[in-house]
Amino acid sequence: MKQRFEVVGKARRRVDGRSKVTGALRYADDLFMPRMVYAKLLRSPHPHAVVESVDVEKAKAHPGVHLVLTGKDFPLPFGIMPVSVDEYPLARERVRYVGDPVAAVIAKDEQTALEAIGLIEVRYKLLSPISGPEEGLNHPEPRIHDYGEQGNIHRNQSYEFGDVAEALKGSDLVFEDLFFYEGNTHLPMEQQASVAFIDPDGKLQISSSTQNPHYLHRQLARVLQVPETRIRVVATPNGGAFGGKCDPGGHEFVVCKAALVLGRPVKIGLTREEVFYVHRGRHPVLMKMKTGVTKDGKLTAMHLQTLLDGGGYGSHGPASTFYTGVLTPVTYHYPRFKFEACRVFTNKPACGPKRGHGTPQPRFGQEVQLDKIAEKLGLDPAELRLRNLVKANSLTASWLHVGSIALEECIRKVTDMSGWKARHRKLGRGRGIGLACSTYMCGAGVAIYWNKMPHSGVQILLDRSGSVIVYCGATEIGQGSDDVLAALVAEALGVDTGVVRVVSGDTGITPVDLGSYSSRVTIMAGNAALQAADKLRASIAAVVSETLGTLPDRVVFSQGRVFAADHPGPGMSFVEAAHMAEGKLGTLSAVGSYSPPKAPGKYKGAGVGPSPAYSFTACVVETEVDERTGWIHVPKIWIAHDIGRALNPTLARGQVIGGVYMGLGEALMEEQSFRRLPEKLSGALVHRAPSMLDYKSLTALDMPDVEVALIEQGDDPNCPYGAKEVGQGPLLPVMPALANAIYDAVGVRIDEIPITPDKVLRALESKSKRVGPESFPAVPYPKPMFVLPPWEGGDGNEEKRDAAAAVV
Amino acid sequence: MRRTHLALSVNGEPAEVSFAPYKTLLEVLREDLGLTGTKHGCELGECGACTVLLDGQAVLSCLVLGVECAGRSVQTIEGLARGPELHPLQAAFTDFGGSQCGYCTPGVIMAAKALLERNPSPTRQEIKEATAGNLCRCTGYNQIVEAVENAAAELRKETA
Repeated sequence: MKQRFEVVGKARRRVDGRSKVTGALRYADDLFMPRMVYAKLLRSPHPHAVVESVDVEKAKAHPGVHLVLTGKDFPLPFGIMPVSVDEYPLARERVRYVGDPVAAVIAKDEQTALEAIGLIEVRYKLLSPISGPEEGLNHPEPRIHDYGEQGNIHRNQSYEFGDVAEALKGSDLVFEDLFFYEGNTHLPMEQQASVAFIDPDGKLQISSSTQNPHYLHRQLARVLQVPETRIRVVATPNGGAFGGKCDPGGHEFVVCKAALVLGRPVKIGLTREEVFYVHRGRHPVLMKMKTGVTKDGKLTAMHLQTLLDGGGYGSHGPASTFYTGVLTPVTYHYPRFKFEACRVFTNKPACGPKRGHGTPQPRFGQEVQLDKIAEKLGLDPAELRLRNLVKANSLTASWLHVGSIALEECIRKVTDMSGWKARHRKLGRGRGIGLACSTYMCGAGVAIYWNKMPHSGVQILLDRSGSVIVYCGATEIGQGSDDVLAALVAEALGVDTGVVRVVSGDTGITPVDLGSYSSRVTIMAGNAALQAADKLRASIAAVVSETLGTLPDRVVFSQGRVFAADHPGPGMSFVEAAHMAEGKLGTLSAVGSYSPPKAPGKYKGAGVGPSPAYSFTACVVETEVDERTGWIHVPKIWIAHDIGRALNPTLARGQVIGGVYMGLGEALMEEQSFRRLPEKLSGALVHRAPSMLDYKSLTALDMPDVEVALIEQGDDPNCPYGAKEVGQGPLLPVMPALANAIYDAVGVRIDEIPITPDKVLRALESKSKRVGPESFPAVPYPKPMFVLPPWEGGDGNEEKRDAAAAVV
Repeated sequence: MRRTHLALSVNGEPAEVSFAPYKTLLEVLREDLGLTGTKHGCELGECGACTVLLDGQAVLSCLVLGVECAGRSVQTIEGLARGPELHPLQAAFTDFGGSQCGYCTPGVIMAAKALLERNPSPTRQEIKEATAGNLCRCTGYNQIVEAVENAAAELRKETA
């Protein structure tokens, strides 16, 4: 591996930076085409109803209207996961949340389309809505969907790694806590928009604000019954996404269908209100966490139960349900671990993946509970964590392989920076600091649909001018994926990023990359890019080595020059080397691809959780709490992130602070919550507030200064130049660190998110000095799949425990 | 509906435009003048993405009607660069990481420009106050404040 870096690790203006500060970058809604017409959707005002009839005659007759579409035009459903294909672009027989699209009008302009939307008459037969998971468990009828585990249970899972009841019985102390994490939404600044048209060759093209053009491509082909070869999906630069643009949206099918029917460009731009309805955000999760510990602070086992409010559709729900359990044992060593998770359909916008996907909720509970354990044992919370860290290159009880881990360094660094030892439990009434840690995957180990092909492909083309063109299906959603690819290729070829052009997120010209989700781009697309660049370099080196009088592996590519390691003097420019190589070999191009390593777990369900690498984070939050008003002020946050290597420190630091920001917003104020209208006003479940004024998020004035430490060990062999993810991990420890800081400040436990002033006041006034869930319902979890941990003689397969007992 | 026709100054140049009279300045800029650099995040005055300068004042262009702009001067992100050279605010936003997805960036830069024109040496608190109406979901604001501070220093050097 290269020892000295020339591009990697240097703070640089990102390759797409200029276009963003000049307003030149074209997002989906910035695209205008000749003869373009505009689509608007009619959405259901009812949370749960049968669609009895849709009368579109008046709308069709409205001047300026080109087309009206209804559920009848879409006989086939879609769904991002093959096990949850349960949603129609326009509802056919049933609406399942306020905002479910029912019909679409395509007209000469938006105004006309809106007028015509008002002329559509829909007859609904109202059904009683299910407002929350407990209600869903108690009311198996009416079923929101006719598939799922039973009644309104969508997914129900149970796994046990070693006998947890026995381990808890043998523990010195057992802690049992209930936690609740309210749902919240991504709130990307860019509202989803799409333009679909028929290209000059008669093929369908859609330019859309999507994170996952490849998955959208497949879904469009399936729903529209058009061969994939006749569809091109271009992911326009996303104006923020955070998981909210992973699912295909009904609007994307509508504009494609309309373009196919009308033969002209069709555009749609969702309103902010509609973005709240589309949602796919953080699941509200109720949790019960039972943890055993020895007197000297060694964790013995955890039994975790979760109950997820899924909303009206499957979305990524099956994965989300797993994620409320599977990553829990990656930071600390639990000799035994059991998790049970249940996702219930409700008549609200579907929940799905948001930054941290399913893991912030249990992480919050786990890290707050550790704070309680530390206090009970009289241990420093940092010390308790250090005593239980997962070791590098080890397996968890659940058979996840953890490679590199610098969580110890993160904890030491962040406690150092924040003056933890001198300040924790010593700041006096009203002021406090709290610590929490977390981990996240560097890419999900399996694709969303089963296949044996690589997760990412990259093609590099070397132009005679010396330009290097990198083609990759990865999507630029603001996180810097184009910059990551440019930096890795530039480093490998010894050129400046200025000569690299990245062409990304276009299913018509770029090799497949699964998309910008699960923090996978740096590791997966990055490794594919590096493989391609290494091949290209090797080809050039083989040709020029003779001229340079050295062996191919002694040829150095550095700062736009190519020379022999032993006598750098003569050499040649990169362009001269490229010309020489092209003269000998023909057009210069190379491809690379990446497939993640096979996971050690073999039991059914072991595919969720494995990752080529995990990032780790430790965070300290300082707070001042006003005991008269409950007001929570956060003056400062320190955070250390095990990034492996920062490819571009400016961007890496930006991801960390951005993650802290989003985490703090969730911790303090962000809530996607609902209320039921009075019965005489339909009894519908409506957003408390589908607008940005009422959905509170932090402004520049609310945001504390964040001190960032990037921990760079750079030695994880699974990562390109050792670089791990940074897009999601740093969000995760913020919420529990704040909760722990509030306890340090005023001695109350707020066991639910968000932590608002009224909850602080309620806790201060209560006898228990706690606000949080009081009970956990009887969830009919299935009998757990039993797997022995690696250290108890298991082989990663399910053990048929009952059968074995019967034989004895 | 009959279109309105009016003349105004856009980025220092005279312009004439005709548009449906119900349109906001935001829509006129994007749809009738082809200036899509100005973004929208809500069309309700909640997010700040559509901030432009109207007669030198930062306004939310989604809350201004196009018909109110006859004879007035509008500055948008497209008019900020000096020929091929980035304005110091633009350079600082990308060099200091004040722009990630870039969607809120034109609006924040225009709000910052209005601030620096009336106060060339703002404190960090003053920068936060001037940009508090511009929501950004990516950066966590720290790097936006750094960018404005650095741009202010650059601009002071130019006038010194």
